[in-house]
Amino acid sequence: MKINRSFAWIDICRLAVVASLLLLSAIASAATVLSPTEWSSLVSGPYGERKAAIEKLGQADPVIASTVLQSLSQGTLFELPDGNIVIKSDKGYIQPISGRPFPADIQPARQATLNNALRRQVQNALASLSLFSPYTQTRRMAIDNLLSRPDSLSAQQLAKATSTETDPDLKAKLGILGALSIAGDQAAGSAQRLQAVVSLGAVNLSQARTVLNTVIDDEHDKSSELSLAASDALSRMDARGRNSALASNAFTGLSLGSVLVLAALGLAVIYGLIGVINMAHGEFLMLGAYATYLTQRAFQAWLPDWLDYYLIAALPVAFVITAAIGMMIEWLIIRHLYGRPLESLLATFGVSLLMMQTVRLVFGAQNVDVSNPSWMSGSVAPLADWLPTFVVAYNRLYILGFSLVVVFGLYVVLNKTRLGLFIRACTQNRSMAACVGIRTRKVDAYAFALGAGIAGLGGVALSQIGNVGPDLGQVYLIDSFMAVVLGGVGQLIGTVVGAFGLGILSKLGEPLMGAVLVKIVILLLIVAFIQKRPQGLFAQKGRSAAQA
Amino acid sequence: MKRRSVLKTMACSLALAFGSGAATSSWAQGQIDPSKPPIKVGILHSLSGTMAISETVLKNVALMQIDAINKEGGILGRKVEAVVVDPASNWPLFAEKARELLSKEKVAAVFGCWTSVSRKSVLPVFEELNGLLFYPVQYEGEEMSRNIFYTGAAPNQQAIPAVEYLMSEEGGGYKRFFLLGTDYVYPRTTNKILRGFLHSKGIADTDIREVYTPFGHSDYQTIVNDIKTFAAGGKAAVVSTINGDSNVPFYKELGNAGIKAIDTPVVAFSVGEEELRGIDTKPLVGHLAAWNYFMSLDNPANTAFKKQWADFAAAQKLPGADKPLTNDPMEATVVGIKMWKAAVEKAGKTDADAVRAAMIGQKVGAPDGFEMEMGSNHHLYKPVMVGEIQPDGQFDIVWHTEKPVRAQPWSPFISGNENKPDEVK
Repeated sequence: MKINRSFAWIDICRLAVVASLLLLSAIASAATVLSPTEWSSLVSGPYGERKAAIEKLGQADPVIASTVLQSLSQGTLFELPDGNIVIKSDKGYIQPISGRPFPADIQPARQATLNNALRRQVQNALASLSLFSPYTQTRRMAIDNLLSRPDSLSAQQLAKATSTETDPDLKAKLGILGALSIAGDQAAGSAQRLQAVVSLGAVNLSQARTVLNTVIDDEHDKSSELSLAASDALSRMDARGRNSALASNAFTGLSLGSVLVLAALGLAVIYGLIGVINMAHGEFLMLGAYATYLTQRAFQAWLPDWLDYYLIAALPVAFVITAAIGMMIEWLIIRHLYGRPLESLLATFGVSLLMMQTVRLVFGAQNVDVSNPSWMSGSVAPLADWLPTFVVAYNRLYILGFSLVVVFGLYVVLNKTRLGLFIRACTQNRSMAACVGIRTRKVDAYAFALGAGIAGLGGVALSQIGNVGPDLGQVYLIDSFMAVVLGGVGQLIGTVVGAFGLGILSKLGEPLMGAVLVKIVILLLIVAFIQKRPQGLFAQKGRSAAQA
Repeated sequence: MKRRSVLKTMACSLALAFGSGAATSSWAQGQIDPSKPPIKVGILHSLSGTMAISETVLKNVALMQIDAINKEGGILGRKVEAVVVDPASNWPLFAEKARELLSKEKVAAVFGCWTSVSRKSVLPVFEELNGLLFYPVQYEGEEMSRNIFYTGAAPNQQAIPAVEYLMSEEGGGYKRFFLLGTDYVYPRTTNKILRGFLHSKGIADTDIREVYTPFGHSDYQTIVNDIKTFAAGGKAAVVSTINGDSNVPFYKELGNAGIKAIDTPVVAFSVGEEELRGIDTKPLVGHLAAWNYFMSLDNPANTAFKKQWADFAAAQKLPGADKPLTNDPMEATVVGIKMWKAAVEKAGKTDADAVRAAMIGQKVGAPDGFEMEMGSNHHLYKPVMVGEIQPDGQFDIVWHTEKPVRAQPWSPFISGNENKPDEVK
C-alpha cells in the first residue's frame, strides 16, 4: 500500500507539470491507447484479455499509462453503464485520458478489481514506468520492486536506466538486475556470465537463486567453470540462509519466553508468595486484554487523533482494573480459604468459569478486534546483509523489552519498598510477621492484587499477538504453571529463568520435530526434572522453605 | 385444551364442508392444518464450549428457515417444530443427544454437527435408528452414509480447485506448496489428498512441505520463518487448513514478517466472513479463501437470503445483529432444509426411507446463484469459488467454476478408493 501511495503522490506532481504540456498529444493519442473493447475488458474481461490490456497500457504514453495503472491498483477505475471508463478522483469522476469531468451524479456500473497476479503485473508496469522518474525516491521504489519481482524489464530499458542512473546505491542495485539477466542469458559471453554468477553469490534474492539453479541445469558439463561458480554462489547463499534461520529461532525463543514471563509473573507472586494455586490466573490475563480492548474503543470514540497511543494508556487501565477485581475476589473468597490449598484451588477454578461466562455474556462469545498501533506493526531486518531472512517484528521486540521492564519493576517493588518488605516477611514466616505488627491479612490482599495487576499487564501484551476472546487465559495457564514450577516456587528469578528456558527450548526444538511433538517432549522433560528435583531450578533456602 | 378442541371441531367441519380431497389441497397451498400433529426436526449444534462460536449461528439460521416454512403454510399442511438440543462441543454427548432426538422426540430429520469428529460420533446412531442427518460443513470426504446428506463441500469441491487456481497462470502460477494445518483429521486427510493431487501434476515431494500445529496454537513465529525460508526458493504459496481461532495470530505474524499476498498468498479453507468478524483485517488483504458461497455474491437469491437473515437477526435481537453476516455453512444449512422440505412434499410423508429416495435429484435454487442438485452419492453438486479478502472483511470473488461440480467423497488421490461406488445403495 505504501508504495502505491507514494507513487500516486509523485505521479500527481508529475502530472501537474507534464499534463499541461502533453495535453494535446495525449488527446491525439487517446484513441490509440486502447480500443473500446480493450477498455471494457480492462475492467470486466476474462483474465487473459485484462492481462493483454494492461500490457498494452504499459507501452502507451507514460503519463496516461501511469494514471490509469495507478487508478487500477487503487481500485478507482470504474465502468459506466454506457461502457465509458472513468476514474474516481477527489473532484468526482473524470475521463482517464483527457481528464474531462463527468457529471457528479453518474452511477458507475462496475469497479475494476484485480487479483494477485494482475496486481503484480500492474505494480511491475508502474515500476518500469517510474524507472526514469526524476525523483530518486520513486526510482528507488521502482528498482526495489523490480528486484523482488523482475522478469518484466527489457534489456534496453535496463541499459538505459543504468547509463542514466546517478545515485551510487541505485546504480549498484541496477547492477544486480543486470547480473540477473546476464547470468541467465545463454547468448552472453562466458567471461561476462561468470562474473555475473560470482557477483550473485552475495545477493539475497529468491530470484537470484532461481537464476543460479537454471544456470546449473542448463550447463551440460557439470564441472565447467560456470557451473562450479554457480554452485559455489548457491552454497554461500544457503549458508547465510541457515545462519539467519538459527538467529530467527533464537529470537523467537526469547520472544516466546518473554510472553511466558509476562503470563507467569503474576502467578509466581500469588502462588509463590501467598501459596494459593490460582486457577483463575488465566482469566486475569484475559481481563487485561479486554481492558486493552475497552481503552481502544474509548480512544476510537473520544480521542481518535491519539489512537496510535492507546496502548500506553491501556497499561495503567488494565493494571488498575485487574488489581481491583483481584482484590475483590481475595476479599470475597480467597481470604476465607487460606491454608486450605484444595478448597482454594477448587474455588479459584469456579471463579475462573464465572469470569469467562461473565465476559461471554457482556462481550459475546466471539473474539473482539484489538489492532496493533502502527508503531508496533511491521518488522526490521537488523543484519540484512549477513542474515537476510532474520527479521525482528516490532511487536515482539516491544513485548520483550516490556517484560524486562515489568520484571525489574516487580523486583524493585518487592525489594525496595515497604510493601515488598511486608510481603517477603509474610512469605517467610507469617506468624512472626504478625507478631511484629504486620497486618498479614491486608498484606495478603495487596499481594493478590499485585499478582492480578501484573497479569493484567501481561494481558495487554498478549492482546497484541493473539486472539482476544473469553478463552484467552486457558491457553496460557498450563504454560505459566510449568514456568513457575520449573523455576522454583517463591522465586521470581526462577520464574524468569524457567519461562525463558521453556521458550527457547520449545522454539529451538520446533524446527527439528514440529510444534506438536515438541510440546509433548517438553512436558515429559519437565515431569522428569520435577521427579529429580521437586523444588525446581532455584530452591528457597532456610527454615521457612523446609516447613513448606 | 378447550381452544384446541374448538379448533379441531372447526377444522373437521371445514373438512366436511369442502370434502376431504378439496380440503387437503387447500391446506397444501399455504395454511397449517391445526388438527395434524407438527413435524418435528432436531437441531444438533453446540451452543456452548469451543465450537459455540461457529455453530450457534447455524442453529439460528435453521430456526429462521423453519420459521419461514411455517409462515408459508408448513409442510403437507403440518407445522414444522424445531427441537433444539445442546451437545456442548462434547463429542460423546453428540451421540447421546442424537439418540434422544431420534428415539424420544421422534424427529423426522436432524440438521447439525460441525466438526468431523462430531459427525463420526453420531453416524452409528443415525444408521442404527435409521434417522436422517443433514451435515452443512465442508469436510475431508472419505465417507458416504445412507443416513447422511452432505450439503457442504467434499475436497474436490473446495481444496483441489483452489490449489488448481493457484497453479494456473491466472492464480499466479505457483509451483511449490506449504501445507499448514491444525493437527486433526480434516487437515491431515485434506493434505493427504492434496499431496496426491500435486504428485499427479508433477510436483515433487521436495516442493511440498507439510506442517501441523496443536489446537489453539498461538505462536506462529517459527512457522512463519519457515514459510519465509521456503518462499525464498520462489513460486511458493501456502495452503492453510488452520482451524478458526489460531488464524488470527498466524495472519498477524505473517503481516509482521512482511510476507505479502501478492508474492506468497495464503489460501485458507476454514476462514469465512464470520471468522473475520473479530479480526483486524489489514494484514489479511489479498489472501485467499475457497468456498462454495460468499456473502459478497451479487444475485437476487443472495440479496433475499441476506435480507431474510438480517431481519430475523434483528427481530430475535441476536448478538451481532448490528452487522449481520452470512457464510458458507449457513447457506448449506438453508439449502439442506429447503431440499428436505421439497423431498417430504414429493414423498408425501416424513418416513426416512421415502424421503431419502425423494432427496436424490432434488433441485433447489440457492443463494449462491445456482440451482443445486442432490447427487446419488448424497452430496450436493456445488459451484467452487475463490475469493480475495477485502479490507472490510468481505471477499472479492476472483475465480469460480462455470457450473456446479459433482462431489467425489472417495477421493481418487487416496489409494484404495478406486473401486468404491460413487452412489449410495
